[in-house]
Amino acid sequence: MAHLKRSFGIGLWFMFLTLPLVVVRVNTLSQEVQWRWSNLLWVGVGAFAIAWFWQFSINRRAAGRASTVADKPSLAQRLADDPVLSRRVLLGAAAVAIVFPWLVSTGQNFYHVNVMVSALIFVVLGLGLNITVGLAGLLDLGYIAFFAVGAYTYALLSKNFDLGFWTCLPLGGLMGMLFGVILGFPILRLRGDYLAIVTLGFGAITKIVLENWDTLFGGAAGLANIPRPELFGLLLDGRQKSVYSYYIVLALVALTIFVTNRLKNSRIGHAWMALREDEIASVAMGVDMARTKLSAYALGAFWAGLVGVVFAAHNNFINPDSFTFMDSAMVLAMVVLGGMGSILGVIIAALALKLLPEYLRAFAEYRMLVFGAVMVLMMIFRPQGLISDTRRKYDYDGADGANGEGDHGGK
Amino acid sequence: MDFQYLFELLCGGIVKGSIYALIALGYTMVYGIIQLINFAHGEVYMIGAFVAFIVAGVMTLSGYSGLTVLLLAAVVAVIYSAAYGYTLEKIAYRPLRNAPRLSPLISAIGASIFLMNYVQLAQTPDFLPFPELVPEFEFMAPIERYLSSADLVILIVTTLTMAALTVLIKYTRIGKAMRATQQDLVMARLVGINVDRVISATFIIGSVLAAIAGVLIASRTGQINAAIGFVAGIKAFTAAVLGGIGNVPGAVLGGLVLGIAETLGAGYISSAYEDVFAFALLVLILILRPAGLLGKAVKQKV
Repeated sequence: MAHLKRSFGIGLWFMFLTLPLVVVRVNTLSQEVQWRWSNLLWVGVGAFAIAWFWQFSINRRAAGRASTVADKPSLAQRLADDPVLSRRVLLGAAAVAIVFPWLVSTGQNFYHVNVMVSALIFVVLGLGLNITVGLAGLLDLGYIAFFAVGAYTYALLSKNFDLGFWTCLPLGGLMGMLFGVILGFPILRLRGDYLAIVTLGFGAITKIVLENWDTLFGGAAGLANIPRPELFGLLLDGRQKSVYSYYIVLALVALTIFVTNRLKNSRIGHAWMALREDEIASVAMGVDMARTKLSAYALGAFWAGLVGVVFAAHNNFINPDSFTFMDSAMVLAMVVLGGMGSILGVIIAALALKLLPEYLRAFAEYRMLVFGAVMVLMMIFRPQGLISDTRRKYDYDGADGANGEGDHGGK
Repeated sequence: MDFQYLFELLCGGIVKGSIYALIALGYTMVYGIIQLINFAHGEVYMIGAFVAFIVAGVMTLSGYSGLTVLLLAAVVAVIYSAAYGYTLEKIAYRPLRNAPRLSPLISAIGASIFLMNYVQLAQTPDFLPFPELVPEFEFMAPIERYLSSADLVILIVTTLTMAALTVLIKYTRIGKAMRATQQDLVMARLVGINVDRVISATFIIGSVLAAIAGVLIASRTGQINAAIGFVAGIKAFTAAVLGGIGNVPGAVLGGLVLGIAETLGAGYISSAYEDVFAFALLVLILILRPAGLLGKAVKQKV
């Protein structure tokens, strides 16, 4: 009963909060005021329901603190522990991914393939940012700038020097990496939140420069007529081009998964995670902070540059509007939602965040609104993400699992 | 060297800087107490401007005009911004009080995106013309080239607000509690200060300042949209860092320095790159003097 009363109060409070913005709309052209009272009712009812559910969840979270979620093995944990199962799942996913274009596209209808290409591009971006944010714990809010570096590298090189896609692909990645190092150097000393703001600034500067340097970057109009990837000089029609892009980006995804997975369990990967957990302690233990942070930056940026080339080639056309803060935020949302550091989680989150708005058109308008809300809610209720990252651990006889995997919530 | 032009730019820079300073105060006060970059602070400022726009629009169409509209719009905007700031803290930050450092920051970014899109959906993503609410004072005519009537109002209001804030922090009970909490949150709780209430109060005060800034800047530039909070927020944060985050006089100084640097850069080099100067200044300051102009270097404790 107390809950109901409280929820009712909260509903009223939100009706008050949203009163001017949701109800009144002043049309300055026709000099009219539009009153949309019905909206207020929805806000009230919605806030009441959410508040009720919220209290329920908060209570449950408080009660569940003692016995954490990690007590029962997560899906990722089970996959990692069972090599047979994980190999089967991997093979199944790979098979579906490979035959996908032939399943969904018939004749000249290759819409689904194109949607999938852009979703997979974001999967690579998510996995790349996962290195910087998820593994090394360096919050990068301007990540999309490296994507832009890759895209513009290819566009400019192909336009001015007539270089082909396959030459530019590694060059785009290297350019991304170079920018990562250049930006990484001055900010090594910064602590977490300052770092976030500076990277945000870098991202914004990149976009402003792209918009205003007309002679080189084509200004706000961008660059058009970027050649598609070539395949031994064969002429491909529209559908074949899309399918070809699809396989290229699919191969990139596979490569990214392979490399990130190996990196994660390597010496440098452990150093990243140590820095993420406790900077001072890990430096005291002999982790080279400058080199570790820079490598996290550079390797994260590398993937963005690489996939930027694919993006430019697939779209034929780029302009600064594809590289806004909202895109950076979306990639970040993928990493956060999927579970920082968790490869499987990031892939699922990236696919979900790109594909859902595409197929649920009604939802597309509210996409960013929902993203924002989801980011807040995830941090409160499930900071480890949808599929929490699992650490490799060694089992000793009689002591297996007793020490847990230090990655549920606490520092 | 054209001194008249320089002076014109300086005046513009000070006006702009004092607005940045008002918003920066909100950042710096929150950061001082809970070490959180309140990313959504810019959005609270934007909401202030929007509420003022709506109130002013409704009143103008009902036949009121001039200063009454400005005052009422400002009051309603202040109330609403304060309410939003308070609610924001309760929902997005309070449950994360003891979480790892990255969590509240990501939550703040999420809240910022949410609020921006909320206003965009509830109102419009386009630019809206903000009515000119400040009357033209006749005695300003001779120096109008340097300082318009709206600029004068901005300078007076910001000065008064900052004076009021200083009095509040220095001489009132809640101000004392805020200073204590800033020094040591745990200790403040131990001596019986209701820390949660102090934090709420900090958010409310910061939001009030942001709303005032929102109304002032909207009536000067004459247009608003849902995205203004983002850029203004980053710049105000830059100002706060510039002066030394957590330091109240530093935020004011930082705001002024940033405003002047930006107008000078735009006036002498290129106006298209105006925002780049702000960010470049931020990066430079963080690299060369991370503690800011007035801040003391903080030793990190283990």
